[in-house]
Amino acid sequence: MTRPDPSPAPLDRRSRDLRARIVQVLRHGGRGHLGTSLSLVEILRVLYDSVLRYDPADPRWPGRDRFILSKGHGCITQYVLLQEKGFFPGDELTKFCKFDGILGGHPDPKVPGVEVSTGSLGHGLPIAVGMAICAKRDASSTRVFTVLGDGECNEGSVWEAAMSAAKHRLDNLVVMVDYNKQQSYASTREVLDLEPFADKWRAFGFATEEVDGHDVAALERLLAKVPFEAGRPSAIICHTVKGKGVAFAENNLKWHHKSSIKESEIEQLLAAIEG
Amino acid sequence: MRETCLKEVYRLAKTDERIQFIGSDLGVGTLKEFKEEMPGRFFMEGISEAHVVGMASGMALEGRIVYVNTISTFITRRCFEQVVVDACLHNLKVRLIGNGGGVVYAPLGPTHLAIEDLSIFRAIPNMTIVAPADADEMRRLMPQTVDWPGPIYIRLAKGYDPIVTDDGVPFRLGKALPMRAGRDVLLVTTGITLKLAKEAAQVLEGEGVSAAILHMPTVKPLDAAAVLEHAGPVRAIVTIEENTIVGGLGGAIAELVAEAGFEPSKRFKRIGLPDAFPDRYGSQADLMNHYRITAQEVVATCRGLLGR
Repeated sequence: MTRPDPSPAPLDRRSRDLRARIVQVLRHGGRGHLGTSLSLVEILRVLYDSVLRYDPADPRWPGRDRFILSKGHGCITQYVLLQEKGFFPGDELTKFCKFDGILGGHPDPKVPGVEVSTGSLGHGLPIAVGMAICAKRDASSTRVFTVLGDGECNEGSVWEAAMSAAKHRLDNLVVMVDYNKQQSYASTREVLDLEPFADKWRAFGFATEEVDGHDVAALERLLAKVPFEAGRPSAIICHTVKGKGVAFAENNLKWHHKSSIKESEIEQLLAAIEG
Repeated sequence: MRETCLKEVYRLAKTDERIQFIGSDLGVGTLKEFKEEMPGRFFMEGISEAHVVGMASGMALEGRIVYVNTISTFITRRCFEQVVVDACLHNLKVRLIGNGGGVVYAPLGPTHLAIEDLSIFRAIPNMTIVAPADADEMRRLMPQTVDWPGPIYIRLAKGYDPIVTDDGVPFRLGKALPMRAGRDVLLVTTGITLKLAKEAAQVLEGEGVSAAILHMPTVKPLDAAAVLEHAGPVRAIVTIEENTIVGGLGGAIAELVAEAGFEPSKRFKRIGLPDAFPDRYGSQADLMNHYRITAQEVVATCRGLLGR
């Protein structure tokens, strides 16, 4: 199978606007995980625009789909989308990582629309499995989606939970991996190679597909087809670029996490998004 | 005690559909009736404690009450972060049942000896820790665990431990249980050390020393009011636990008594495991004797503190 590498095609207006808003959150907080937030944009955009069932007026609506951003350090992207959908007022974004705000550097359920506290990696999938089992037992149409980082898949608990998901035939569970091929120190290949990555998920019992994780239409097409196979959990390997949409930050590990971000850097980021 | 505990989980589950059971890779036939009668709520998930605690937390987030069971060291050490972040941070109804608290698994060596479980779990916000003294106390405890708001660690003893509690002292999760009145020294116990305190109090009585016993099956939240009330009249306090003396029951009582500022101050001694990995095998009784967690040591300690 040919790997669907990310296309160099320019991003559309909505993807650029979301990135600009992410940078504004970074400006208010003065810090944050930029590279990993940018690789996630199209994955979360498609989930919140056209896949997940939710009610911003009733974030705990029992019939909602559950979504867990297991790679919690990409939370700025989730915050921007939750705010846009009406889960909380816009001024919260200006208090990112501030003492009197609700939006921290990792998601927490005190944020309307956030199911669980993530940030320590390798926790989201086991929790998602527990939720998906309950939905099955309740004969509920609720689906459980979780987005994992590629570096996160170094954690053994991910693979413990993957075995369990297959054992319980959780076809109401969808795992998406933001495979930007960079982790904090270096490339995933150098730190702890995940390849053959899609084959690993298949071997662990997941019906697995690969996609260009920045191709909105391709993501929509694929997510419209879940579950890919009755009786099996679904995995989607999303081939992405860390820092996508900001040329100088793409695959640049200095932008994995930044603190004390200068105003001049913010201006450069915003200019780069507009290309 | 383990049998009683699991039977109670089964009995409670029969009338409460929220209750689930998750084991890792328990002995063949464990909770056979539960599996047969309620297969949709019985899970044997394999040797994957990190996943098991996460999965239990996911189920608890969906309104379930989840009893998880495996060996104490594995349910405390292996998945410590899942216990902290998944179960405790979200304050979920996850009940962790640890087999072989303390030095029960003496012949199996230090990988299986839960010498610090009380200490490390005591440091986690929202956690409740309970160590019953015998099977009867376990039976009184379990119904109270169902609707308790937050995670619970239930520390099991060896099994077939002598019955030292009685129905005359009603069990209340979260509360200390006064087991004996006394004027000179206060013995504070948790788990099976209640038996040692009762034996020691008998001996001391023969010597004219009046020993009170405050049994604390709930180590956290600490029933501070009861401790201070019973500490007030006595000259000395001795804590007895099958756990390291670092940060367990004795540590908790020491912190409380030190900050209470009694005048005159209390004489105080912790009896428990030393700050070392046990390097002997044998039986639980062998290790308890080796580390002098015995009734004789309690008696000798009281004599010393009281200047007799």
